[in-house]
Amino acid sequence: MKRIIVATVQDRSGVLNRITGMLQKRQFNIDSISVGSSETEGVSKMTFVVDVGDHQKLEQLTKQLNKQIDVLKVSDITDKAIVARELALIKVGGSGQLRSEIQGIITPFRASIIDVSKDSLTIQVTGKPDKVEALISLLKPYGIKELTKTGVTAFLRGQQPQQVTELNSHLI
Amino acid sequence: MKVEAKHETESTEQMRTGADLFIQTLVDAEVDTLFGYPGGAVLPIYDALYRSNPPFDHVLSRHEQGSIHAAEGYARVTGKAGVVLATSGPGATNLITGITDAMMDSIPLVIFTGQVASGVIGTDAFQESDVMGITTPITKYNYQVKQVSDLPRIVNEAFHIATTGRPGPVVVDIPKNVSAQLTGTEFSKDFNLPGYQPNKKPNPLQIVKLADALSRAKKPLLLAGAGVVFAKATEELKKFAEKYQLPVTNTLLGLGSFPGTHPLHLGMAGMHGTYTANTALYECDLLINIGARFDDRLTGNLEHFAPHAKVAHIDIDPAEIGKNVATEIPVVADAKEALQALLQSVVELPDHEVWKETLKLNKAEFPLWYEKPEQKLSPQWLIKQVYEQSKGDAIITTDVGQHQMWAAQFYTFDKPNRWVTSGGLGTMGFGFPAAIGAQLGAPDDLVVSIVGDGGFQMTLQELSILKERNLPVKIIIVNNEALGMVRQWQESFYEERYSESLLTMNPDFVKLAESYGIRGLRIDQEEDVIPMLQDIFSYNGPVVVDCRVEQKTCVYPMIAPGKGIHEMIGVKK
Ligand SMILES: Cc1ncc(C[n+]2csc(CCOP(=O)(O)OP(=O)(O)O)c2C)c(N)n1
Ligand SMILES: [Mg+2]
Repeated sequence: MKRIIVATVQDRSGVLNRITGMLQKRQFNIDSISVGSSETEGVSKMTFVVDVGDHQKLEQLTKQLNKQIDVLKVSDITDKAIVARELALIKVGGSGQLRSEIQGIITPFRASIIDVSKDSLTIQVTGKPDKVEALISLLKPYGIKELTKTGVTAFLRGQQPQQVTELNSHLI
Repeated sequence: MKVEAKHETESTEQMRTGADLFIQTLVDAEVDTLFGYPGGAVLPIYDALYRSNPPFDHVLSRHEQGSIHAAEGYARVTGKAGVVLATSGPGATNLITGITDAMMDSIPLVIFTGQVASGVIGTDAFQESDVMGITTPITKYNYQVKQVSDLPRIVNEAFHIATTGRPGPVVVDIPKNVSAQLTGTEFSKDFNLPGYQPNKKPNPLQIVKLADALSRAKKPLLLAGAGVVFAKATEELKKFAEKYQLPVTNTLLGLGSFPGTHPLHLGMAGMHGTYTANTALYECDLLINIGARFDDRLTGNLEHFAPHAKVAHIDIDPAEIGKNVATEIPVVADAKEALQALLQSVVELPDHEVWKETLKLNKAEFPLWYEKPEQKLSPQWLIKQVYEQSKGDAIITTDVGQHQMWAAQFYTFDKPNRWVTSGGLGTMGFGFPAAIGAQLGAPDDLVVSIVGDGGFQMTLQELSILKERNLPVKIIIVNNEALGMVRQWQESFYEERYSESLLTMNPDFVKLAESYGIRGLRIDQEEDVIPMLQDIFSYNGPVVVDCRVEQKTCVYPMIAPGKGIHEMIGVKK
């Protein structure tokens, strides 16, 4: 099962290495990690999308993360009301006619063309991972020359409903 | 040891470098013994040591691995952090085995490594090694000192992290320019560790749950690990076990946390544990694990481990709970605090006389056993004599192999902090240097190092320290002219194909000892053993005894690899 785990960590040298090393040593499968600064100076936020076999393994993962001295807080936000986004840059071959066709495909995704050359264009899309995936598969027939994704970053919505209706695990 | 300076010049008196500050922080941390070895990147520190003549002792080993195992032995008997200093590059990499060993067995160490100057880090400079990268997975935490003003805080934090919560090794990497740099005097030592707050107090709800489980248990069992020793909770454990008449078994590292001669003690559990202890683990309906981590050498095949039991686990490290064995009652706490809370709960225990009686019968019916060979000494009998002649009161350090298991089986510990062995990593070469540290930490105690002929040869260069300081460590080499444990597995599981496990060429250990100026003895007759032990135990100096034991003796009983705890072999003669 896929889960979204968020960790706040002290921004010290080696912290990323420490955490990825632990995950590798303990054989956790990581789909993506995104890291960046947070609202507090000296504190970074990490978002992991992990694929764990069962709840026991998931509990181990959060405990092992928590055990790290640089880690301040760990939460599994998969079953909460969250906003989760990732960004992808997709370079596809295309000129003339094809361009307007591609434009037609990406518009409903609110994606945009951010670079154009003689025989290619680069599309930027942001959104939930499933939306990004959907656009990528629609663009595949046009020949994807290059693709890069940031990995998911996420946090809790301002308001948490009593009952969470949005199930996130299928999205990732 | 320090050789006095001939000329104390005035300018050196006033000099204050990062290295002087470093020495001062060690003094402030009340370090009394520093296990080290010099080299280029720590020259400023060694110079400061020479100039400042601090009130602690520097022990010069002959190999950095010797330093770190000695520090582990010291930590294990004193409960304080063992402190190590080595140079960059090869000095640091020679420590890796010991750091990993300490990590696996939760031994508090603070390890200082020199590093090349900050300006050349990352350029593959002479004797540069990526100490941070290499030691990240094998330390509780590690630091590289970026500026000299951070040094007092970092050293302070390093000792705090190493010795609190679940203890472990902490590495502090000090670039040469930091230790050489001139510096001021006023620095903050305040901690800055918001992400490190080990929880000592148990959750009262879990204690209630545990008390409730106890009140229903017909076949309760306590499993005590080294966590009980670290938490200094042996008195509480004894009170708790006695109050409810609960049988107790130990992990290898937990030996000594409960009196081995106590009627409630079932002996050690695990791969070479007693039949009674392992059967109790198999049959119990409530297993209370206190400070052990359910290592695979204890549990055997997990499928068959405590299959009928409700499992409660008291551990200071939450990540250990539920890691290997599903746990119904998790108690994240210091063992002492948890036991105190349990002692305060009122529990009506159902009658478990039948259970107690079964265990008693098993104990009588299936004791540890051995056979005496015709020609050579029996290794188990030898250990028993060591136990008796030292009145069970020695500090025993062991290496790794058959002799280690025999020592665990036949030397009975009634007190904590007297059993020093490498459990998790199973590090050959550990036993003898660990004895040096143990003797330095407990100068008035009898320290006996029980080693194999194989493992002793991995770190025997430290005999120099024994001679230099006349440390009265007694080294008993259980010499079977073999890598005995390997030989045993080849006999049992590889149809006697003794691939590279027979030591056909060993040194003359007597002459070897003598070449260091140390007494050396050889024993191969049973009748000489007791007089020899009486002799060496009353001799105030180091001795090496080469004891020629039967090669073909195997360690029994045993849970074969992959088998469950209820499938022991070699249970009876
Ligand atoms: C550093 C290291 N290398 C290899 C091993 C594997 N090993 C475990 S026990 C053993 C044999 C030890 O022989 P010896 O020291 O003579 O002890 P004995 O088993 O004969 O009592 C070996 C090679 C180990 N534990 N540690
Ligand atoms: Mg041997």
